[in-house]
Amino acid sequence: MTDKTLPTATPPASFGARKGMTRETALPWITTPLLLLILLAIWHFYVRGTGISSFILPAPSAVWDSWMDMLSSSRAWRHTWTTVYVTLMGFGWALVIGVGLGVVLGRTRWLELTLNPFIVATQVIPKVALLPLFVVWFGFGATSKIIVAAVLAFFPILTNTVLGVKSVDAGHRDVMTSLNATRWQIFRRLELPSSLPYILTGMEIGIVLAIIGAIVGEYLGGNAGLGFMLVSKMNGYETDGLFAVIIQMTLLGFFFYFATGALRRFTIPWHQSVEIK
Amino acid sequence: MDSHVSNPPSAAPAIGLRAIEKWFGTRDQPVHALAATDLDVPAGELLVLLGPSGCGKTTMLRMMGGLLEPTGGDLTIEDRALWKDGERQGEALSELGMVFQDANLFPWLTIEENIALPLELKGVGKAERLARAHELTKLVGITGFEKRWPKELSGGMRQRAAIARALSYDPKILLMDEPFGALDAMTRDQMNLELQRIWQETKKTIVLVTHSISEAVFLADRIVLLSPRPGRIDTIVDVPMARPRSLDVQATAEFQTIARTLRHRLNEIS
Repeated sequence: MTDKTLPTATPPASFGARKGMTRETALPWITTPLLLLILLAIWHFYVRGTGISSFILPAPSAVWDSWMDMLSSSRAWRHTWTTVYVTLMGFGWALVIGVGLGVVLGRTRWLELTLNPFIVATQVIPKVALLPLFVVWFGFGATSKIIVAAVLAFFPILTNTVLGVKSVDAGHRDVMTSLNATRWQIFRRLELPSSLPYILTGMEIGIVLAIIGAIVGEYLGGNAGLGFMLVSKMNGYETDGLFAVIIQMTLLGFFFYFATGALRRFTIPWHQSVEIK
Repeated sequence: MDSHVSNPPSAAPAIGLRAIEKWFGTRDQPVHALAATDLDVPAGELLVLLGPSGCGKTTMLRMMGGLLEPTGGDLTIEDRALWKDGERQGEALSELGMVFQDANLFPWLTIEENIALPLELKGVGKAERLARAHELTKLVGITGFEKRWPKELSGGMRQRAAIARALSYDPKILLMDEPFGALDAMTRDQMNLELQRIWQETKKTIVLVTHSISEAVFLADRIVLLSPRPGRIDTIVDVPMARPRSLDVQATAEFQTIARTLRHRLNEIS
């Protein structure tokens, strides 16, 4: 048998050269800080050169100071945690309902056809416009914002789950049928793992939308969260503070985005979207 | 042509087909995939279903495997009805192992987990089922690849793993639907040799679908030649060549006579 044994020969010495960080993968580590630095320099010299009012455009140094102040203030951290909490709660609900409903719809054609107009309707409604209604029903607390975040994140998770369940390989289904697997076993051992790459794609889109939902929710009503902070900075004419809050939000977005990416590598190491090491 | 049913079995056949037929499509446009067919597969036989496309060979195999319900007739596995009131019967199914043209390994399971999957579904404990998987990797010749992902294996090795998976719960019967159809010619020859060895070691009953005449003659005890529109048994050919057969058997006059007869008949019916 030719394919019976593992190769035992060692590769030539030059083979290892491509291992680890290649020139190509190292590139962003150099270009990203460089581009950022150039942008900051342009900003800095523009502000100094034109003498523009700091109310319109504060200098990068002023923004930096303001952000540092923010990081040392417990109040700012409380607002950040509120936004994190609202985002994660909204995302969590969207995940549970989106995946649950998606699995059912992906399996049941008639139900999908029945519910589809309503699901599309929840998409075409400008969901932010529903916020006042949620405020009336649930008050200015976290609940109304969690619902906005959930409604925004729900749709991509649902549609991707439906797609995932429908994309289960017919040959794989044959295997489970010939093994006399129960419906639960087919779900647990075939449909769920097979749909995971799709669900994770839905999650990657969904988490970003959940952050938007949370911030817009806080923006429009209530007295907590980064969205609320943004409004209060604006009302106080603190443009540098405004920038600081935006930086904080951006970092939050990065964090959540990379967390879902890490989740992908952790949960589906077998999939082609994850490179083999 | 020398056409007869050989060795009418004294005991119950491993697989018994009585007036089994299959219709597809709608009332307006019915397709007769398989006309009423009788066939007995005695225990321990290596039976090959051969025929042009549309002759119903895959339909017949999928009915034997419980993946398709016959429109009419009785189908028994080890003397037990496979279908009762439109329900597959678990006891009969557990005597069947299926291998498909694509290995159909689950990409999210390692090779050993794939092989052990049927045992996992049957509630066998982890240590026991992995021990069984290791035993089977030896039988099918993929020792050392237990922890790999399916995508890291060649097509031939994946098919070996699929055979191991079908054997994991020790069914008496192995049903194979063009198992080596997607492999290159050299790998295919190797797999035919390996299958003969596995069959002789495990003493399973094997029904294998192929459209390759040489594969059919090399492997089979008996070849069932099917003809299309509607699918039905045309002739049944005995292959009395001694075992184990080496690849050189293909050069013998006996092999070539059987192959030529089959080829002529296939040209007439397709």
